[in-house]
Amino acid sequence: MSQAEIRKRKPGAGRKPNPIPTKAIRLPLPLVQKLQELQNCQKLDALYRVDIGEIFAGKVSSALRSPLFESRVQAGFPSPADEFSEGTLDLNDHLIRHKAATFFVRVTGDSMKNVGIFPGDLLIVDRSLTPTNGKIVIAVLNGEMTVKRLEKEKNRVLLCAENADYPDIIVTEEDSFSTWGVVTNVIHSLI
Amino acid sequence: MFALIDCNAFYVSCERIFQPHLEKKPVIVLSSNDGCAIARSSEAKALGIPMGAPLFKIRDMIKKHNIHVFSANFSLYGDISSRVMEALKAFSPILEVYSIDEAFLDLSTLSQDELFAYGCDIRKIVKKWTGIPVSVGIGPTKTLAKVANSMAKRHPSGCYALLTPEKTKALLGQVSLQDVWGIGSRWSKKLNTLGLTTALELAQADPRWIKKAFNIVLARTALELKGKACLSVEETAPSKKSMISSRSFGIPLTTFEDLREAISFHASSLAYRLRVEGRKTSLLSISVRTNPFDKKGRFYSNTHLIPLSCPSQDNATLITAATLALDQVFREHLSYKKVAVMALNLSPEDQKIPSLFTEEKENEHSLKRRAVLKSIDQLNYRYGKGSLVFASEGVNISWQPKATWKSPSFTQNWKQLPEVS
Repeated sequence: MSQAEIRKRKPGAGRKPNPIPTKAIRLPLPLVQKLQELQNCQKLDALYRVDIGEIFAGKVSSALRSPLFESRVQAGFPSPADEFSEGTLDLNDHLIRHKAATFFVRVTGDSMKNVGIFPGDLLIVDRSLTPTNGKIVIAVLNGEMTVKRLEKEKNRVLLCAENADYPDIIVTEEDSFSTWGVVTNVIHSLI
Repeated sequence: MFALIDCNAFYVSCERIFQPHLEKKPVIVLSSNDGCAIARSSEAKALGIPMGAPLFKIRDMIKKHNIHVFSANFSLYGDISSRVMEALKAFSPILEVYSIDEAFLDLSTLSQDELFAYGCDIRKIVKKWTGIPVSVGIGPTKTLAKVANSMAKRHPSGCYALLTPEKTKALLGQVSLQDVWGIGSRWSKKLNTLGLTTALELAQADPRWIKKAFNIVLARTALELKGKACLSVEETAPSKKSMISSRSFGIPLTTFEDLREAISFHASSLAYRLRVEGRKTSLLSISVRTNPFDKKGRFYSNTHLIPLSCPSQDNATLITAATLALDQVFREHLSYKKVAVMALNLSPEDQKIPSLFTEEKENEHSLKRRAVLKSIDQLNYRYGKGSLVFASEGVNISWQPKATWKSPSFTQNWKQLPEVS
């Protein structure tokens, strides 16, 4: 059999040419995975028919959410910072220890100004903490919520203001009294 | 062993967290549109306010006894509920959120003599963390935990554990069948005619007979009462089969245009919720009705179903379908009190069933639509619900339900936080 005879094929035999022209490219592995997922849900098909701008827009937004893809391969050497990403800081992590038990309240008076609590400030209150001596607490005195420093003495409880204009409140047996939560932080705006 | 944790007068308790002066006072919470009492403090119950009492029937009592009345603030109740559930997770990794104010915990890792103290701890911690008083019922099956819970409600400790068969037997003898979890009034009546009146009698009946005379569900209940656990704690809620959006109007509506706005609003809110849950609907149901208590006008109610050619979670599609359906049920010269839009035949959004009648070309369109809807959702998240709506939902909304006595959004709006001095 001659070479020419071997090359001769039956018309229509062998792998069909791709209906859409294709090109081999290098992609970072996670992106390959993404593309395969897209293909699996038949979205890739649809992408052919959308203009390039849209494909690009989709890619950018997904990159924003996952810091792993922040530098593009075409840029040459990959950013050395990528593998050291530690995420961003979230103030919630810093300010809230018990999510279920934490509430925000707004200050209206100036009775606590000497400890830096001013009208309009935001207090972060953790109900799960034990109101021990000296803590700034939200107390409920006769149905009213108030922010004061808790002083427990031998036979009595005091609610102390941090402002000379306000006398200490001595809780008597006739009062209905309870502590609502412990103030953990003050958020005071400077602008 | 299972525990059922049930929040006491939950909606009232939520209102009391930030308004402590309501403690020990009679308080009720009304259903949406200020219709009827759906939650009562124990003080209000003692005054004789029945569950579900319409507001107009109890107006005099409210005035006479100085009862504090609140419009339902479901957004607040939802937030507090999630806090309660979060606090409960500390007590067992296996938790079933059964309803907004009830949860089952699997306590099988604990020994018998630890259980009661553990239940008391649950109660103490939930109250301290969230401000919500709860009752804890503990039993060897979910059904018995539920029975124990109704006892806990009457106990000063707020906790009740059914640990021994003797104790269980003695208690079940006093529980009537209609108070057993899962037995409706219809079944209990039928059981009564067959000579069974107490939970104990059902527990002692032959399960095979029950299965034959009734069904497997009741047979299972009987076994559970006997102390044999048939139901486990279901951690993942079964995905919903349907969704409803409905509300009574503050003032009755008469014109087609007004109703169309209300229907559009409900269709839109369903579309949003479908997207949140990652589902699509292929069948919409529209219901309208006039006021059944209005003795002058003729009572009219009607429902129309509209199938969608392909499953959707798009506001525009749902609004169009709902409006078409409204055309079918709308009658002139009537005062409508309520509309409801239901999404049925829900399916996962990524499930694709090829349709005979729609072309593949729609893909491109639907991708664009999805992007648009996503943007709408993001804008409404950033600037507050209802910032961007479809025009057919209307601007000067005349049909908003009444919420005269709604409390502030204490935990969800920076401008409405509780204030302290």
